[in-house]
Amino acid sequence: MLAAIRPDSWNFPLLLHVVGATVLVGGLVVAVAAQFLGGRRPDDAAAFGRVAFRALLFVAFPAWWVMRVGGQWIYSKEGLDELDPEPGWVGVGFVTADFGGLLLLVSIVLGGLGARGLSRTGGESSLLARIATVLAAVVLVAYLVAMWAMTAKPD
Amino acid sequence: MTRYDWLLFLHVLAAFSLVAAEVLFTFLILSGRNLDVPSDVARIFRLSRVGEVLLNAGLIGVLIFGIWLAIEVDGYKLWDGWVIAALVLWAVFADVSGRVGKVYNAARDRARALVAENRNEPSPELSAILRSQTGLVLQAASVVIVLLFLIDMIYKPGA
Repeated sequence: MLAAIRPDSWNFPLLLHVVGATVLVGGLVVAVAAQFLGGRRPDDAAAFGRVAFRALLFVAFPAWWVMRVGGQWIYSKEGLDELDPEPGWVGVGFVTADFGGLLLLVSIVLGGLGARGLSRTGGESSLLARIATVLAAVVLVAYLVAMWAMTAKPD
Repeated sequence: MTRYDWLLFLHVLAAFSLVAAEVLFTFLILSGRNLDVPSDVARIFRLSRVGEVLLNAGLIGVLIFGIWLAIEVDGYKLWDGWVIAALVLWAVFADVSGRVGKVYNAARDRARALVAENRNEPSPELSAILRSQTGLVLQAASVVIVLLFLIDMIYKPGA
């Protein structure tokens, strides 16, 4: 197997895509871990709900844009937009990025409402926060599948 | 999937784990700067256990699968400049992240001790550790090293 050396002009868009994707996954991990810990100890639910919401809003959401813009840029640079049909891994990337982005947005809104409800009422659990946790976990798994598709590049 | 595909996937997965740990610790450190109540600090630092698992898995994974890839792929050699640079960055990162851990583990342990002693009033001592410039600078350095890692892996200077 020969090492794949790509043209220099592809490197920066790829770097943006990779930095965005890794930070996005990091933000999702923080959010899911915080929600999980909050769920285990009801007294901590409000504090960890806020942590999860902030991780999604201030880390995962901006990183999603960096990942998506970098992805579109490298897609165009590599001329993948001119292939017919597109390779399967490109389709996996688009579906997970865009659908995952939508789910991320919904989980931010629900997580924010859930965290606010928990803070106001001093409640021990919130249905909205639990739904946000599940959605964030689904997005995290989807992005790990996308990462597999990007590296293994199945047809 | 070929063996190369698997190795690349596992190498990249380990890199994601490493960056996730960096995001988590940076998030914790920045959040911790606003805290001074021991129970609040002890609570939020429960997240650090997740970070430690991710960091250790990432550090070991990138090294093992990275070296394996360098041996497996015809076009790469262990003595290529960018591979040596990655190994040096790995060693520096491991050292710096260990130092960061010492600073903030001290804060976590102090917070737990204060909670155990039922002293949950705001603690200037705890606040001083959490706002330590040393810890912040070391964490910033570890983030820069990870970024250099990614740049080295993508640009492969000299390859």
